Amino acid sequence: MTRPVDREDPDRLYIVTGGRSRVDESSIDSVSLIVSECDPTPGMQSEHVKILRMCTSPTAVVEIAAELRLPVSVVKILVCDLLDTGRITARHPSTTAVPARANSKTRLPEPAVLKQVLVGLEKL
Amino acid sequence: MDLKSSDPVTSSPLPSTVNNALKIVIVGGFGVGKTTMVRSVSEIRPLSTEEVMTRAGVGIDDAGEVKGKTTTTVAFDFGRITLNEQMVLYLFGAPGQQRFWFLWDRLFSGTLGAVVLVDTRRVQDSWYAIDRLEHHGMPFIVARNDFGGPEHRAEDIRKALDLSEDVPLIECDARQRASSKKVLVTLVNHLYSLSTREHAP
Repeated sequence: MTRPVDREDPDRLYIVTGGRSRVDESSIDSVSLIVSECDPTPGMQSEHVKILRMCTSPTAVVEIAAELRLPVSVVKILVCDLLDTGRITARHPSTTAVPARANSKTRLPEPAVLKQVLVGLEKL
Repeated sequence: MDLKSSDPVTSSPLPSTVNNALKIVIVGGFGVGKTTMVRSVSEIRPLSTEEVMTRAGVGIDDAGEVKGKTTTTVAFDFGRITLNEQMVLYLFGAPGQQRFWFLWDRLFSGTLGAVVLVDTRRVQDSWYAIDRLEHHGMPFIVARNDFGGPEHRAEDIRKALDLSEDVPLIECDARQRASSKKVLVTLVNHLYSLSTREHAP
């Protein structure tokens, strides 16, 4: 397995994100599906260009992270930039709305959702 | 530069109508077959990514764990199953080691449920994972990956894992698609019965 970040100069991650380290994490999930709403334009940051090219069909944040070889948290920051400027839209998972910590029990998805999952798995 | 990881993403795009991504996590010790299981059912070749935990993001409890380090990296593999025109399931193979659990909330909040993949030759590797899943209130099943070792009776495995009767325990061969599929179906059936109970009026 390649471990690019371990060998990477930490400065690179700093430059890629413009020095930001926090993003409103609750707004973007590791499997939020990102969809491009425009083409890259000249002068755009190369990571942003790559994301826009990748996301012509819905692509999860973790898939972008794997492709760009950047940590998931760094990709979330890049995605936030593009969201803020309307260049992409994000389809967030509908099952993560409820915080797991509320009563120390994870809220389970509705039976109807799980039924759909079962039907999908049966086709495998 | 290897391009292996970039091929599957671009060659197998999701339908444009997909709007809800779900997660299932397969937890287990090193070499227990997590990636093998992901590969056997995934429509893309398993991808690998990582998350970096900076010191600022480290809780007080684990200061000892990362002492002297500014960042800790946790790598994980994942695959994907398109369920229908709206739903896609992401399967994560995650290491059960201690540092991984500090990333649980960040990466795996909203996970439907988990599979604890067990190698009966190293049962103790699974204790910590089971403890943490219970701590996070995450429903799970246990799947024993068959490495061709001596036969173990289910009740012995239950005893070794201190597993309660209401947690399903099944045998599997992570290399076989049909077997891995059965593991996932068993998990989702388990979740379904828990959910029906919880959502009952």
